Amino acid sequence: MNGDGTYWLREHKGTLLAFAAFLVMFTIYATNHSAGLDANVATTAANKGALLAIIAMAQTFVVLTSGIDLSVGAVMVLANCLASWIVVGSPLMTALGVIGVLLVGCLCGAINALIVIFGRLQPIVTTIATGAVFYGAALALRPVPGGDVNTALADALTGQLPGGVPASLSLLLAVVVVVWLPFRRSVIGRAAYAVGSSEVAAYMSGVPIRRAKFVAYTLSGLLASMAGLFVTFITYTGEASAANASTYTLYSIAAVVLGGVSLFGGSGSAVGAIFGAFMFRTIGDLLFVFNVEPLWQPLFQGLVLSVAVCLGAARLLRVRNRLDLYG
Amino acid sequence: MSLFVMQGVSKRYGGVRALQHADLVIEAGRIHAVLGENGAGKSTLIKIMAGVVAPDEGRMLLDGEPVSFASPAAANAVGIACIFQELSLIPDLSVADNIAISNAPCRFGLIDRRAQRRMAEDALARAGADNVHPLALVKDLSLSRRQMVEIAKALARKPRILILDEATSALTAADVTKIYGVLKRLRTEGLALVYISHRMHEITELADECTVFRNGRSVATYAAGTQTDNEVVELMIGREYNAVFPARTTRAATNVSPVLDVRKLCWGDRLTDISLQLRAGEVVGLGGLDGQGQRELLLGLFGVLHGTTGGVRVDGKPVTITGPDVAKRRDIGMALIPEDRKTEGLMLPMSVRDNLSFAALPALSRWGIVDAAAERGAVERMVRLLAIRTDGIELPAGSLSGGNQQKLVIGKWLMMAPRILLLNDPTRGIDVGTKQEMYKLLRELADADAAILFYSTDYDELIGCCDRVLVMYDGAIKRELIGDEITERALIGSALNIGAEAWKRGPLEAGLT
Repeated sequence: MNGDGTYWLREHKGTLLAFAAFLVMFTIYATNHSAGLDANVATTAANKGALLAIIAMAQTFVVLTSGIDLSVGAVMVLANCLASWIVVGSPLMTALGVIGVLLVGCLCGAINALIVIFGRLQPIVTTIATGAVFYGAALALRPVPGGDVNTALADALTGQLPGGVPASLSLLLAVVVVVWLPFRRSVIGRAAYAVGSSEVAAYMSGVPIRRAKFVAYTLSGLLASMAGLFVTFITYTGEASAANASTYTLYSIAAVVLGGVSLFGGSGSAVGAIFGAFMFRTIGDLLFVFNVEPLWQPLFQGLVLSVAVCLGAARLLRVRNRLDLYG
Repeated sequence: MSLFVMQGVSKRYGGVRALQHADLVIEAGRIHAVLGENGAGKSTLIKIMAGVVAPDEGRMLLDGEPVSFASPAAANAVGIACIFQELSLIPDLSVADNIAISNAPCRFGLIDRRAQRRMAEDALARAGADNVHPLALVKDLSLSRRQMVEIAKALARKPRILILDEATSALTAADVTKIYGVLKRLRTEGLALVYISHRMHEITELADECTVFRNGRSVATYAAGTQTDNEVVELMIGREYNAVFPARTTRAATNVSPVLDVRKLCWGDRLTDISLQLRAGEVVGLGGLDGQGQRELLLGLFGVLHGTTGGVRVDGKPVTITGPDVAKRRDIGMALIPEDRKTEGLMLPMSVRDNLSFAALPALSRWGIVDAAAERGAVERMVRLLAIRTDGIELPAGSLSGGNQQKLVIGKWLMMAPRILLLNDPTRGIDVGTKQEMYKLLRELADADAAILFYSTDYDELIGCCDRVLVMYDGAIKRELIGDEITERALIGSALNIGAEAWKRGPLEAGLT
């Protein structure tokens, strides 16, 4: 009989692969960086990485239930616009503002969940529609870019901790510990995996399917609004940017795939998605280090993504009943 | 007082009566076997017991108190656990996660993994599967191991009634022996076990009482050992014939060389050494219980399965069929009417015209452009020929009734005039009238020199329609019945694979021995 370790490896294969791939890419990047990796460069890189990582985690919750959330970018932009109004003033006001933004994020996610669960619409259609609505709300809040944010808080979260560690990374760690790990180990979290893996089997086993979906979508909204807050902290302003909304939505899916989360649902983890996001960011940085024109960046990001998807699809080569290919 | 009683339970699916006033009495500390042929209502009965479907009428009593279940979880809660034929395990989760899925041990709101691990090891040991690692992912386990996990999962819920629906069908011989021991131990622990199996020797080995189902009714309950195998088969038969079959025309002479000649076809462990010949003008039936490899055989012939071995000859020439596109080529001319018309046969939202002309489009088009007039003509001819009832050929296929949808699937392939026609249970879920038309059509096609291989779960059909029947069991052809040998007794007897030798001597003689 194999030891427990073997099974642990098997279960976390996707996450570990993503971590290893990121490590290799980051090492190449760090050793070839002409100016060396000083704390400021690292902090800027970490902030960009953390932003995409949070939005990728948001996507992960929904993808695990074998859904997809195309509204994460719009929720992020909405949260950004809202934060530029209410995350200001005294520490108390700021704190209330942050809570307000996060609650709106949860609400957006909950709306998605209710439509998917009770409206029985496909997640993709639902979230395209609600995403447009959320983006519209963002535009109403900020027809033109502007607003403000509590700079002390913003600088604290986008700066460095004593010792030069980027604060954004500790924020990311906190999200993992406070949101992801409890979810992963709760009955509801397991139910979300079960629903994504086989909804019929989950139903037959008496798993709370609806509650699992509701929690997954709501947490997705929560994390998307965290990403929106973080955008505000980086830019000090609110902007209803359509480009940001759609880019981050697509990047979140790319990061999830790179991070070893199955788009069919039921397998993978948000930790993997974080490394997927880091990988995706590092591609751009690598091109910069090797003096490749920035224009080439989308092409290379696309190539890496294609390779990752192909590797993920290798299992199809073993399918012996061709009908299973279309199942 | 009996532990669990079902009284006068009925269930309809659309127009089909799956269960009619069925009764069942279950006692603690006993193994109760439920028998019946395909479609006799066993599965529906179990689904009702396990809370998967709700009965239309009748009542259920647990400890003398009336109960009803809104969901599988509700049935679980009162102590009814079911091991279904289609597995209910979640492939991406570990064995321990699966075993604890509905009652995970928690601490501070989170799953206590150590307690869960202990619980899983416990349950696996009780199910005699202590060599399954609790952290293994279910999708990495073999079918036999998964079934053992399924049993462990049911036991972890500490049920009072455990239902096993064909629970041993996927098990290896070693696991079956273990399971026997486990089930007998559970019986002494006071559990009530409901055991459904098609394997007579298992029932002889295990059961205390048996109830036989036929046509959705519970027809007899008897103490195990009081009836011989042949008497049980008698109880399972006994339907009135209500379908009219066309007269068989003179059968093709056996010395005509076969159109389709299959030699030693194998596919993994699902198909073993299948050899068969189909001659023009012949309707050959595929019999046996559900899921003995019939579907795989048809798919394998049609080129859908990857990695089949063995030889296939068409008109004496060896051919390699790598997919439906090759199978339908003019020199092979093979068509498969699939089992699930909704997903494999039709594009429901598309029109009747589109659905009918799909397979024949190459013949109806020139330079890649579809000749609309020719298509229309051909489609209308087919609609008339099969008497498809539709308000117009532009209507979506999904708007037709089940029977007419099935005609569409057949019509689609008739458009290309196939010489070899494979049918996978084509009359399931369609009305009697359409069935009769279908039988007539099959005979007409055979008379027009098509070779037909016809899988049906309905024994009447095999008896009424076929010139020969090949009975499959466990992925192999176990028996060939020709002409008058095709009787319900012979079909059921060979399907259960009991006393195959005895049946050869003639059912009556065998019955007397």
